[in-house]
Amino acid sequence: MISKRIIPCLDVRDGKLTKGIKFKGNVDIGDPVEVAREYYEQGADEIVFYDITASSDKRDIMIDVVRRVAETIFIPFSVGGGIRKLDDMRKVIGAGAEKVSVNSAAVRDPDIISQGARAFGSQCVVLGMDVKKVEVSRQTPSGYEIVIEGGRKFTGIDALLWAKEGERRGAGEICLNSIDADGMQNGYELNLTALISENVHIPVIASGGAGVPEHLADVLTAGKADAALIASMVHYRTYTIAQIKNYLRDQNIRTRMLW
Amino acid sequence: MPVQRMFFYWRLSIKIAKYISKYHEGVAAAVPSKTGLMIAIIDYNAGNITSVARALHSIGREFVITDDIKMLDAASHVIFPGVGAAGEAMAYLRQKKLDVWLQACFQSGKPLMGICLGTQIVLASSEENSTGCIGLVPGSTKRFPDDLAADGRALKIPHMGWNSVTFKRKHPVFEGLSPEAEFYFVHSYYPSPSDEAAVLGTTDYGITFCSVLAVKNLVAMQFHPEKSGRPGLQILKNFCAWRGR
Repeated sequence: MISKRIIPCLDVRDGKLTKGIKFKGNVDIGDPVEVAREYYEQGADEIVFYDITASSDKRDIMIDVVRRVAETIFIPFSVGGGIRKLDDMRKVIGAGAEKVSVNSAAVRDPDIISQGARAFGSQCVVLGMDVKKVEVSRQTPSGYEIVIEGGRKFTGIDALLWAKEGERRGAGEICLNSIDADGMQNGYELNLTALISENVHIPVIASGGAGVPEHLADVLTAGKADAALIASMVHYRTYTIAQIKNYLRDQNIRTRMLW
Repeated sequence: MPVQRMFFYWRLSIKIAKYISKYHEGVAAAVPSKTGLMIAIIDYNAGNITSVARALHSIGREFVITDDIKMLDAASHVIFPGVGAAGEAMAYLRQKKLDVWLQACFQSGKPLMGICLGTQIVLASSEENSTGCIGLVPGSTKRFPDDLAADGRALKIPHMGWNSVTFKRKHPVFEGLSPEAEFYFVHSYYPSPSDEAAVLGTTDYGITFCSVLAVKNLVAMQFHPEKSGRPGLQILKNFCAWRGR
């Protein structure tokens, strides 16, 4: 039977990690390729890169990072951030990424999902969703709204309707980030995750809020997530991926135990 | 044969290759390397095949990515990868006459590996786009049923992620793998050979399906060895050392 996936997420700006990640005697490593290698060797099932490079003329640095990562690790990885048009997707996939994630661009022009799915197949297209809890209203019947620009801008789009729309347009997976839970390390937004996961037929990666292994166990069971994104808890070496996986195994949650 | 003479023939083969390459660019690249191995990856416009090339590079194997029949003929091993839809892939293969070439390659006894879509296409037909395929192995490619479930829970399609394979017998290409090893899958269709003897390995996802098939000099798997970490690289290494028997 299929394993639940544990996916470290790396933020990259101008080709460097935005936060130094401590490895090997607490030395900060700023190279995303080296850190990706570490996580690959530690048993990550997949890796997500978010490119938060602001200026467009530095975009090609990320393409070079993608190429080097693809030569270094032999598990799937996805790249998100700054993907605006089909050509951006083509560059990232051509450089060796398995999947490309679209977020704000899909809100502005949902057709990019369909275009990407047609050009590369649904399995390549991840719909990234940043979500905030709001009042239940006629516009947002699920009580969750899609936000963009790092959570600063409300779009008026209901999160559940958007997830279904993304699936209908050909997204192969959803990466669901709760802005409310993100960075708090108090656990994933379980209600939101279960709501989306139970109402689409494509895999859902839960994101935002992981602080301890129990949080992953919760989101992979009660939250019905197919995969869990982690950041700080491994970046700061509070836990290794193996420790998290051992904990999950003890809770009878199947993950890949040999790598 | 004395070592000096072997060396002489080796040097000679390189000279000939260089000579030929003046007339046909590319042939030189397909001349056997020092190891006598040249892995050809069939380029048929089906998704991201460079990941297979990168994996071969990482294990130090020489390869060529090509749709040129001369270069494929010169290769010692052939990998038939692919991501995408069966209909489009078959149209391209037919246009390049690679469907006929693959049948001949299978008959010749040359080691041949199918990956993902490549595995589905070696069967006789596919439910995807109702496509007739190459037919190296009798059977068809089927779609997972929409009501797929396990333990009372609905399962997602595509089957995307890590899963294990239960092998029914030993095979040189799958030597040295731990039974705990898992492999990366991403697919909505699965191979269904009509002859049970063609099934080498099975995987459970709501149903038990054939995830690895092996017939004579052909091995074909639904998962991606190039994206399956060390166990996947081990399979590629084993394949490169395999003589197809």
